[in-house]
Amino acid sequence: MRTVQRTPADRALRRDAGTIAAAMVAVGASFGAITIAYGLPTWVPFLMSTVVFAGGSQFLAIGLLAAGNPLAAVAAGLLLNARHLPFGLAVADAVGTRPVQRILGSHLLTDEVAAFTLAEPDPARRHRVYWIIGTTLFTSWNIGTALGVLLGGATGDPDALGLDAAFPAALLALIMPALADRTTRTVALTGAAVAVLATPILPAGLPVICALLGLLTVVRPRRRAALPPPASAAPASAGPAPAAPAPAEPSRAEPSRAGRAVGEGSPAPGDKSHLSGAVGADPGARSGTGTGAEGGEGRC
Amino acid sequence: MLIAAIIALGVGTYSMRLGGVLLRGRLKLSGTLQRLLPMAAAALLAALAGTAALMAGTEFAGVARPAGVLVGGILAWRRAPFVVVVLAAAATAALLRLAGVP
Repeated sequence: MRTVQRTPADRALRRDAGTIAAAMVAVGASFGAITIAYGLPTWVPFLMSTVVFAGGSQFLAIGLLAAGNPLAAVAAGLLLNARHLPFGLAVADAVGTRPVQRILGSHLLTDEVAAFTLAEPDPARRHRVYWIIGTTLFTSWNIGTALGVLLGGATGDPDALGLDAAFPAALLALIMPALADRTTRTVALTGAAVAVLATPILPAGLPVICALLGLLTVVRPRRRAALPPPASAAPASAGPAPAAPAPAEPSRAEPSRAGRAVGEGSPAPGDKSHLSGAVGADPGARSGTGTGAEGGEGRC
Repeated sequence: MLIAAIIALGVGTYSMRLGGVLLRGRLKLSGTLQRLLPMAAAALLAALAGTAALMAGTEFAGVARPAGVLVGGILAWRRAPFVVVVLAAAATAALLRLAGVP
């Protein structure tokens, strides 16, 4: 199973990993250089990049450490990294089932690793993606840190290279396929808006966690429609979820959806009715998606 | 004190990573929650991208960075390869700064 799919997909993956790794080397170098410029001992950046391995919190913490405020450094850094708990939940299956895999693999978890892993549509390949990206980024981050310590200010300013724009763009590219699903898009965009608006008010780290409030957009329509029809069916007897509301309105989804598609989508009714069913349907078909185009899909 | 702070930050961060991973095995998530989990992750990642693109600390990030991310975002939406997205975003921001745009 491992060797069969190796060549094409892995080559693409390694190329993408190389791109982000190059940026990590440059930013890691800036971290190493800044730490030394702050007058902190040489071992500090090495210890941080291996033991903490979370870029944002490392930059935040060295500023506070250099200012002689270690407690604030720990508190602020931990708050910034609290998002790794939900990320861990989301990628747990990809990390592996053996205890060794979980103990070692958890340390490799970063935003980019989570994004790459969840962007992989085939669950069977996610384990591989997680470990390839995780080890690549851990290595490149530490190489970058070492270069920064050795070369000092000669490594230059990552912002001059536009790397501060590269990382958000990379995350966008990785979550873009998931955003083809309308519900996910609403959740994600709402969450992002909440986070941006909260950034001037709340301490670093909390705004991003507030993005989980975007999930509230799912709760309302879901309640109206009682239960998501396709997925859960199997353990109906075991689960605490009441199966009661289901028969009450069994015919709600399909007819209304079909009716809507036929009714308003006279130019191409076929397309839309397909799309509304499958989350993973190739979004290439819908390149015209603005906010305006959304009306054609099922509401939930 | 310095070393204690770094170790504490490292151990705390690792605990949250491992905690999430282990918790998933303990929790018996319902079908609905399992469907919500990827959405939660997407919201967090979108929020990271959004705040990193627009904000520097608690202030607006200027023009060059959001413009670069916008170019990358449009390319990503048009299904451009990952490498192209990242390089275009960086190049846009870098060139704008070279031209004196903040």
